[in-house]
Amino acid sequence: MKMLINVPETVVADALRGMAAAHPELTVDVENRVIVRRDAPVAGRVALVSGGGSGHEPLHGGFVGPGMLSAACPGEVFTSPVPDQMVRAAAAVDSGAGVLFIVKNYTGDVLNFDMAAELAEDEGIQVAKVLVDDDVAVRDSLYTAGRRGTGATLFVEKIAGAAAEEGQPLERVRSIARQVDESSRSFGVALSASTTPAKGSPTFDLPPGELELGIGIHGEPGRERRPMMTSREIADFSVQAVLDDMEPRNPVLVLVNGMGGTPLLELYGYNAEVQRVLIERGVPVARTLVGNYVTSLDMAGASVTLCQVDEELLRLWDAPVSTPALRWGR
Amino acid sequence: MLDADFFRRWMTAAAASVDREADRLTALDSPIGDADHGSNLRRGFRAVTATLEKEAPDTPGALLQLAGRQLISTVGGASGPLYGTLLRRTGKALGDAPEVGEEQLAGALRAGVEAVMALGGAAPGDKTMIDALVPAVDALGTSFEAASAAAEEGAVATTPLQARKGRASYLGERSIGHQDPGATSSALLIAALVEARR
Repeated sequence: MKMLINVPETVVADALRGMAAAHPELTVDVENRVIVRRDAPVAGRVALVSGGGSGHEPLHGGFVGPGMLSAACPGEVFTSPVPDQMVRAAAAVDSGAGVLFIVKNYTGDVLNFDMAAELAEDEGIQVAKVLVDDDVAVRDSLYTAGRRGTGATLFVEKIAGAAAEEGQPLERVRSIARQVDESSRSFGVALSASTTPAKGSPTFDLPPGELELGIGIHGEPGRERRPMMTSREIADFSVQAVLDDMEPRNPVLVLVNGMGGTPLLELYGYNAEVQRVLIERGVPVARTLVGNYVTSLDMAGASVTLCQVDEELLRLWDAPVSTPALRWGR
Repeated sequence: MLDADFFRRWMTAAAASVDREADRLTALDSPIGDADHGSNLRRGFRAVTATLEKEAPDTPGALLQLAGRQLISTVGGASGPLYGTLLRRTGKALGDAPEVGEEQLAGALRAGVEAVMALGGAAPGDKTMIDALVPAVDALGTSFEAASAAAEEGAVATTPLQARKGRASYLGERSIGHQDPGATSSALLIAALVEARR
């Protein structure tokens, strides 16, 4: 597999150097792997710190900036960052108003953020945490590590970021973040496996005529495999899987998210089918976002995330945001 | 009696073994995980040996705690905190004695394994590193060789199990038929005990 890299060992550092060059509005600490909005700490404002494995770009570094994250810490490819990075990030952005850790529900992310929270508190930083676990493909938590955190991470980071930006206190920002997570559900499909730089070949074998239903964002296979389906059939299946798990009474935010290897031409076409299913099911759509936001390296495929919003969540979603990957309203 | 130098040799042997077997660990992690277990552990254990070359604490307990902290700071993922906790808590349980007996090591390692179970919430049979570590600790009272054999057996015995913890758990029944990479690397760590005594 051909990749635009030097050697696997420096992939993350090389990307951070390039990111720093492209985004002078961010402070990028390449050595310690922390990306911080340049004006941090912002006096009197709660800071948001998120992080996870690399390979999900633009998540999380691409979401650092006014109106969203204060800092992000990228780990190795598909590997959670280490507590040192998270503590460093928290110390860089804490204004005294406290820090919210936004954690996707994967064992590694949870363990490292837990350790980081303890260490940060030892340094006198007030820390709250929110766990994102929106993936309906993982059915129950008794016999698994619980639902994965996937597309809803973007909704949580954007909406909680807006709440922090307008000066809401830590406990309130945390409860808004939790509300967003509880109101969100996702389902993803893969048309091809991803290729990690360390392995250099696809992480699992997916024949050309088949697809995986119910995938996460780490190149792992999904819930089941079927013969290839049309965009229409995939939308029917995916939206059904999400709506089996939530019955929206309010309008929803829609994220049609590419896994990194699917072009916008296909994603927009897929979105047309997703919107059709939602109309057929009588689910009103408040806003829609289409693009590669929570990716799995070069995996072809897409996920659908719905988030049921009330007036306040919608207002916070619409609030100005200025980050490398998400930017509107100012 | 086992002194600090024995524990330094243990870590060095473990690092060499992880280095040698990194590709196999990554290959095991590929169908049920995300194909990075070998490269992550290699990075961590290389950092451990580099640190121990610069600064070698003079008690077994301090040495293992330092190694554990290094793993937490460099590995990431679930393996970092879990392996880091295993060594740190084993080191803590050894206290500050300059030398320890094999029985003391067995007891301390049991405390380390219990800390890992508490942190990760995994029990025997969940298809995790615990499936190699628990039988190893049980056999450690007999000999290092017996512990190593028990760990290896435990790792192989994870193949028919369905994963209930970690990333492999997302696959449900599809995790069956693959040996657990974490149990496999744990068996390497225990096997390194035998090498360290030579």
